[in-house]
This record gives sequence, structure tokens and C-alpha cells, in this order.
Amino acid sequence: MGSCFCYHDIHTHPYDHRQAHHQVEVPVVTGTSEIEVTSLDFYYSGNIHALKQINLTVQKNAVTALIGPSGCGKTTLLRCFNRMHDLYPSNRYEGEILFQGKNILSKDVDIINLRSRVGMVFQKPTPFPMSIFDNIAYGLKLKGVKKRADLSERVEKALMHAALWDEVKDKLNASAYDLSGGQQQRLVIARALAVNPEVLLFDEPTSALDPISTAKIEELAATLKKEVTIIIVTHNMQQAARISDWTGFMMLGELIEFDDTNKIFTAPSEKLTEEYITGRFG
Amino acid sequence: MTVFDDELQHLKEKLLRMGSLVEDAVKNSIIALVDRDNTLAQLVIDNDRLVNTLDVEIDEESIRLIALRQPKATDLRFITMAMKITTDMERMGDFAVNIAERALELNEEPVLKPYIDIPKMREIAQGMIRDALNAFVKKDKKLAMDVIMRDDEVDDLKHDVLQELAFFMAQDPTTVSLAMKISFIATYLERIADHATNIAEMVIYLVEGKIIRHMVLPAETEQ
Repeated sequence: MGSCFCYHDIHTHPYDHRQAHHQVEVPVVTGTSEIEVTSLDFYYSGNIHALKQINLTVQKNAVTALIGPSGCGKTTLLRCFNRMHDLYPSNRYEGEILFQGKNILSKDVDIINLRSRVGMVFQKPTPFPMSIFDNIAYGLKLKGVKKRADLSERVEKALMHAALWDEVKDKLNASAYDLSGGQQQRLVIARALAVNPEVLLFDEPTSALDPISTAKIEELAATLKKEVTIIIVTHNMQQAARISDWTGFMMLGELIEFDDTNKIFTAPSEKLTEEYITGRFG
Repeated sequence: MTVFDDELQHLKEKLLRMGSLVEDAVKNSIIALVDRDNTLAQLVIDNDRLVNTLDVEIDEESIRLIALRQPKATDLRFITMAMKITTDMERMGDFAVNIAERALELNEEPVLKPYIDIPKMREIAQGMIRDALNAFVKKDKKLAMDVIMRDDEVDDLKHDVLQELAFFMAQDPTTVSLAMKISFIATYLERIADHATNIAEMVIYLVEGKIIRHMVLPAETEQ
């Protein structure tokens, strides 16, 4: 017997029964989960409550986008995934972030190792003041790769992965500052890729770039997700719609809605999400 | 109200204007038949160009809004459904023209029988067009469901009309030509009601974000 759809189905949407925003139901993620966030709270300087009871699943080999107005906590959440907030000792996490089953918020986590597994790309390109080659080789050397041949191979591979090799292969010893903004951003991605991360965090990676460079980074994200899990914070909703598989909408430190990107941009469940993405916010 | 809200309102008004023209065309085509009014039938045929013009204008306006405003969520669903609705309304307008053309032909012949069920079909179909459009612009799911349910009444009436005409044809083969033309009109009205049902189904998508086309109605599952 074939499946029977009926009009009753339209009343049985699984997200209709949410009680409050901080109790957002995490949709069933069909692939393998990479990161599981459970009841996460985060406080800046010990008392500014910036993230409130966040629950979400980041799927492996997918792009997850975090959107929301300025100050909603999306970058704060992103920075939790590689413990970036630890740079200020008075910041405090509560709850759990399981990365491949291990809670990365526990005290015994090796932060340096975590940050090589969970790389980060910032809004403005941050090349080091050295050659293109040395920018990529820097992290590898820190990880103990010494032989020139090994370094060359890994540098070439990382640049190819970041779709930059063809543009720089003849000038690897030139300063990274000679590259355009878009090339610098791809260089930074290559630098992160060189140490074989499992997750890449993108914090508004294209907001300082022109449309052509932006398109290249977006194409790159689509290719890279076959090998790494990507979490991106963006103010550009079209970008979130174009490149992500899952989207979370945040406001005032809460995750208001988290769902399949197609659903968020065509028929979101929450009124606040609807108002934000249609530009009728506030 | 933003400029975009104004543009959406403008699109909504055009849809309503097109709906109102189609509703009038359906009504007048049947009045032209029942009252044997050739002038009115010709008016229905001539006015179809206004429906066609609006069909093109709504499509162009929708494409412009998608390109320039990159609508999302409700706005996206509204604009894409507006584009689909115009196709249904344009077809309804064409069926009204077909009815008017048959009316012009039938008005030259003696009356086969008084028209009883066809005006009833017209009244229901016309109400379905009006309510489907109102449900769309008001995002009224309940009204849309009501339109969907009314489609069966038109189907039943068409069935009765065709049975009656088959009887006439069996009794007297010289009535075949007239009876065939009247049966076409009943079929056109039934198709008009189907297009109104399509619009009502789009209202459910507009409100719920869920496509219900080709699903089974609760009443049908119970059978």
C-alpha cells in the first residue's frame, strides 16, 4: 500500500509545540553529528549572560549557518567551538559541547590541539607578515613537520584545497600582503586546512570582500564540506541561504530556531525568524 | 510600511482586479446564455484581453520583485504563488470566453430546455473564485478549505447535467448538436471550479508552507 498524505498532515508539524525559545527542539539530523551542544550558557566577564540555554546539533560534512541581528550571540557561540573565549579568564561557560563525543568545555582539554582540529577564519584576512609559503608552513612546523619536501607537499595540497594554488604557484616566496583581499582570505583558509582540521569556523569570512571573491569563498565552502564540517556566521542572509545546509537564527543570546536551511528561508516555524529574514524586524 | 510592502500591496491589488474581471466574465457568460444576450456574450469575449494583460503584468511584477527584493519566507511564498494563480485565473477567463462563444451559437438555435443546473453551477463556481482570491489576499486558511470542499458540489451538478443531456440525445438524435454544446458549457464550469480549487490549495501553501496538491481529502480517505 502506498503512503497516504492527507490534509491532516498540515497540522502535525513537529515544531508546533515549542513552549519557549530556549527550549528549541533540535531537528533530527540525518547524517553523523560532529558537535552536540547541550544547555550551553556563556557569560562574559563573569556576569554578562551572552548565550542562554543553547541546544543544537552540528552535522558532520555539512555547512551550518548562524544568523541573527548584531549582538545576538552568533559570534559568541562560534567562538565557543574552539574555546576562543579562554583568552579572557573571567569568561565562563556552562553546559556541554560534545565534539566527537568529548566535552570540549572540560578543564583537561588541550586547547592548542583543539584549535588545530577546529580552525577559524575571521572577518578580515589575517595573513602573517611573511611569505605565502611560510604562512602555510607555519602551523605545520609547529606541529613538528620539519623536512622541506614534506612541507612543500603539504603547502601545495593546502593551497590546492583552498583553490589558490593556480594563482600563487609561481610566487610562493612573495609576501602574503601582495595578494588581493580575496586571495588573502583563501590563504588564511589554506593555512587552517594545512593542519588537517575537522571543523572550520567562518566568522563573516566575506564581509570585507568583493562579490567575485565572495563567490569564490562560497564555492570553496561547498567543496570543502566534503572533508570538513563548516560553521559560518554571516550577516548576509542570501549567503546563508546559498551555502548552508542547516541554519540557526539567534536573538538576544537565544537560539530561536534551528532547522533545514530550505525550511528556514521558505517557511520558518517561528514568527521572529520570519520577521528577521523578511526584513520586518523590530 | 516599507517600499517593499507597498509593492506587495500593489501586486495584491492587481491579483484582486484580475480575479474580479474573471468572476464577472464567468457570471456574464452564463447570463448571456440564459438571457440569450449576444451583446453580453461579445463583451465577455472582448474583455478577455484585459485579463490577459493583467496576467502578463502580474508575472512581470513578480519576476521583478524576486530579482530585486530577493523575497524570503511568506513574501517568497506570496510572490511565487501569485505567479501560479495568474495562470489559473487566465485559464478561467479563457473558459468564460469558451462559454460565451457557445452561448452565441446556442442563442441562434431554439431552446432545448430551461437552464436550471447550469446557473447553479455558475453561482457556486463564481463564489469559489471570489472566496479563493479573498482567502489568498487575507491568508485565510479556513476559507480556502471551504472552497476546496465546494468543488464536489460543482462536480455533482455537472454529472446531473450530462446525464440529463444524454437522455435528450437518446430520445431525439436531432438534439445532439445542441446538447453537446450545453455539455461543453457544463464541463467548462466544472474546470473553472477546479482552477478555483487550485488557488485555494495555494492558500494553504501560503499560510502553512506546505504543498497539499494531489493529497487525499479527509472525506475521501473515509470512503
